[in-house]
Amino acid sequence: MDTVSVHDKTVAELAAGLAAGTYSSEELTRDCLQRINGIGSELNAFVTVAEEHALTAAREADRRRARGEAGLLSGIPLAHKDIFCTNGIRTSCGSRMLDNFISPYDAHVVERMQTAGMVMLGKTNMDEFAMGSSNENSFYGPVKNPWDTTAVPGGSSGGSAAAVAARLVPAATGTDTGGSIRQPAAMCGITGLKPTYGRVSRYGMIAFASSLDQAGPMARSAEDCALLLEAMAGFDSRDSTCVNQPVPRYSETLDADLKGLKIGLPKEYFGEGLDAEVARVVDAAIEEYRKLGVEFREISLRNTHLAVPAYYVIAPAECSSNLSRFDGVRFGHRCENPRDLEDLYKRSRGEGFGAEVKRRILVGTYALSAGYYDAYYLKAQKVRRLIRDDFLAAFGEVDAILGPTSPTVAFNLGERSDDPVKMYLSDIYTIAVNLAGLPGMSVPAGFAHGRPVGLQLIGNHFDEARLLNMAHRYQQVTDWHTRAPEAFA
Amino acid sequence: MSLSNDDVKQIAHLARLGVDDQDLDSYARELSNILAFVEALGGDETDAVEPLAHPIDMVQRLRPDAVSEENQREHFQAIAPSVEAGLYLVPRVIE
Repeated sequence: MDTVSVHDKTVAELAAGLAAGTYSSEELTRDCLQRINGIGSELNAFVTVAEEHALTAAREADRRRARGEAGLLSGIPLAHKDIFCTNGIRTSCGSRMLDNFISPYDAHVVERMQTAGMVMLGKTNMDEFAMGSSNENSFYGPVKNPWDTTAVPGGSSGGSAAAVAARLVPAATGTDTGGSIRQPAAMCGITGLKPTYGRVSRYGMIAFASSLDQAGPMARSAEDCALLLEAMAGFDSRDSTCVNQPVPRYSETLDADLKGLKIGLPKEYFGEGLDAEVARVVDAAIEEYRKLGVEFREISLRNTHLAVPAYYVIAPAECSSNLSRFDGVRFGHRCENPRDLEDLYKRSRGEGFGAEVKRRILVGTYALSAGYYDAYYLKAQKVRRLIRDDFLAAFGEVDAILGPTSPTVAFNLGERSDDPVKMYLSDIYTIAVNLAGLPGMSVPAGFAHGRPVGLQLIGNHFDEARLLNMAHRYQQVTDWHTRAPEAFA
Repeated sequence: MSLSNDDVKQIAHLARLGVDDQDLDSYARELSNILAFVEALGGDETDAVEPLAHPIDMVQRLRPDAVSEENQREHFQAIAPSVEAGLYLVPRVIE
């Protein structure tokens, strides 16, 4: 069969093409696989390419369409971050610990996308256990940024972001604990949405920090993110924090008028530490929004400076507890010839985890240990309330909040890997959103120093529809989201 | 808060995490830096603040105390490093 070239199309365009019979799902799938294994291979965006699985699913989607049973997303290819369990296909979470792990079940998100008829192409590279902001913490090596292969793609969903940016796949899933969808989306020039905590089920999504983790879509446009979120979101009794609330038809409110909308600009997000060129790009986006009738006002999120410190107590504490399940007994890596049970635990974990994961387990264990719990964990949980209350007060005055996604553009590979604290500051504008459980989005808004800049939109709880509407209207009057890296155009 | 190599060893033991002796210096330094960074949380202005465990006010859902999962022992044990007769094998604990 000849391959068709459709990599420049969005999910919405592919859905129309499939419905019109312009191409089949099998043709689309072959085109994507060819790009992943060919031009895209240097990016190291995939840990596993599930070629046979994808072609079987594509043919099934084509048969269903022939029978008149196709849904909107039927037959459209998709990649999953390797944190989502996939039945029968390796789920590594970017770790040596799970290099041999074949999940015995599917994550809820994987099930949902499969039910929608989407074709899974493979599993994308990521920072080990989603801990990182550069994708350099993967057991499978760093992912490269398609805009400049000497730059990081951001993290932890770096493989998903790079794959979408390089037009290897039309869409991918990601997870966001402190910015892991939004920051790589910004650095790779794509659109990514972290939904409200509890909007999407965490069942089968390998846990890092359970009170912060949330799954969401990464694609080329807000319209695509709306279609994908409609398929992903919804109640699942297997996640005790999944919220039982109807899922709005996000794609039906994309065109709503923005006139009179009040948007807050947090002064703390435009101060020291923000790259001047990035600030210039954000200012230009603000001007575009003014033309659309949006009113801006300055707001203050006065505890912003405490967000990263609070996060680096809470996230490691939860991680040290969650990752205690990896003990070399029931699944995952086991050391050779353990002397006794303690040796089995210690060596299996010592060999299976990489440096950043170990650091966080140690910090979390310390923060939760007797005598230090009040000083660190309890204190951080109190600060968490202050941070959430700042946002709730702001949403009494404004409909949404806007600012940069990240203080800088993508940095160079290796540039920050020796300084954990400096790396943590890359997420300074995204982390508070997770602590407050709010939805946040990153939208391509231009370039600085030749690399993409993301605009962050933050909404009130369960206000994803407004963020998608705001992003879509912006994308109708700008073309930043349609730009492709030259080498992958 | 500055951590010594012995502190790191003790924390690693609590976490049942093997750490090579040669890496103790760098862990002690990095962990001390991270702890110094989170000291920004210090101060007593949060004394009267209630800790927040969950960002959205909701209560834990309950369900009837009835078996809801079928037994899939063989399926799950198929990926275990070492099993025998339905049991996970580990080094002998009691002599």
